[in-house]
Amino acid sequence: MPDGFCVYSPCTEKMASSSSYNSPCAACKFLRRKCMPGCIFAPYFPPEEPQKFANVHKIFGASNVTKLLNELPPHQREDAVNSLAYEAEARVRDPVYGCVGAISFLQRQVQRLQKELDAANSDLIHYACSEITTALPAPPGPSSIQSMAPRQRPIDHYDRIGMGNEGGYYEAPAIPTPYNLPWNDNPSGENNAAGGGSNM
Amino acid sequence: MISGRCAACKYLRRRCPSDCIFSPYFPSNVPQRFACVHRIYGASNVAKMLQQLPAHLRAEAANSLYYEAQSRTQDPVYGCVGVISLLHQQIHSVESQLAKTEAEIAVLNSLAQEPAAQIQENEVEATFNNFLLEQDIIASRRFSHPTYISSNII
Repeated sequence: MPDGFCVYSPCTEKMASSSSYNSPCAACKFLRRKCMPGCIFAPYFPPEEPQKFANVHKIFGASNVTKLLNELPPHQREDAVNSLAYEAEARVRDPVYGCVGAISFLQRQVQRLQKELDAANSDLIHYACSEITTALPAPPGPSSIQSMAPRQRPIDHYDRIGMGNEGGYYEAPAIPTPYNLPWNDNPSGENNAAGGGSNM
Repeated sequence: MISGRCAACKYLRRRCPSDCIFSPYFPSNVPQRFACVHRIYGASNVAKMLQQLPAHLRAEAANSLYYEAQSRTQDPVYGCVGVISLLHQQIHSVESQLAKTEAEIAVLNSLAQEPAAQIQENEVEATFNNFLLEQDIIASRRFSHPTYISSNII
C-alpha cells in the first residue's frame, strides 16, 4: 500500500477536504502524487503551507510520519503533526541541537530564577527574623533563630518532588536535563563522545 | 560472526565499513540508542543529517537526536515540545512567586523605613494586597505562555 494511505479508516477520521476536487495537500504536492480521499496528510498539511511538510519530510520522512500518525487516535494527530513540524523547523534552523537547544536555554532560565527566588525568600526570612528580634527580648542562644531559616536546597532536576510551597520555595517537577551545551556558563561542558552525552 | 560492528550496522544487519557514519556515535554496547533514533527518524535521514555536519559537531547532533527521539517515544503526541511547554509554565510560575516575594520584601522595607508612621493594620494589608496585585500583573505581562508553542522557537 503506498505511503500516506490510512491502514485503517474509522468513520470519525477527518476527511481530506482538499483531496477530492480541490488542490492536493502539501504532502501529495511535494511527493508529486495524487491526493486521494482519506489521505492521512491532507487534514494537517494544507497546500498553503508547503514549507511545513517540506521540513517534516526532510527530518522525519513521509513514511515515519505516516507510522507515527497511524499509531495515534485521530483527535491527537493534529497536535502531533504540529509538534513534529515544530521540531523539524527547529532542526532545520539548528542542525546540531534542534529544539534541545531551546530546552537547555529554558532549563538554565528556570535555574537562574529559582536561585533568585531562593535569595529573595532568604531576604524575606531575614526581615521577618529581624522584626521578631527587635520586638522580643534577646533569646538564650543562637539556635532558636537559626532553626527558623529553612534549609537551603539545591535544585535537583532528577527528583520527583511535589510542589510544596509552604516556605515559598518552588520545587520543580523533574525535567530531564540533556547535557551541558558548549555555550553554558560553565565552559567545562565538552563535546561528549557517543553514548556519554545524554543524561536521560 | 562479524565482530566490531556498530549498533547501527548490527541493527541493519550489514557490514560495518571502516568509515561508517554511525559507528562513532552509536556504539554496539548501547543498542537502544540507535533503535530509538531509527524508529523516529530512520537510518537514512540520520545518516544524511550527520553527513551534512562537520565531524566535530556530529557527536552533539547524535546526542540531541537521541534525546528528541526518546522524548517522542515517551510522548508520541508532543515529544520535546511538551518539555518546552512545561518549562515555559515553570518559568511563569517561578516568576510569579518571585514577584510576590519581592513585593513582600518591598512592603517590609517601606515599613521598616517609617518606624514612626502609625499605619493601621488594615491599611497595611490593603497596601500589601495592592502591591501583590501589581506585581502579579507585571509578572503576567513579562511572560505570556502559550498553551501550545507554534511559531516561536524560544
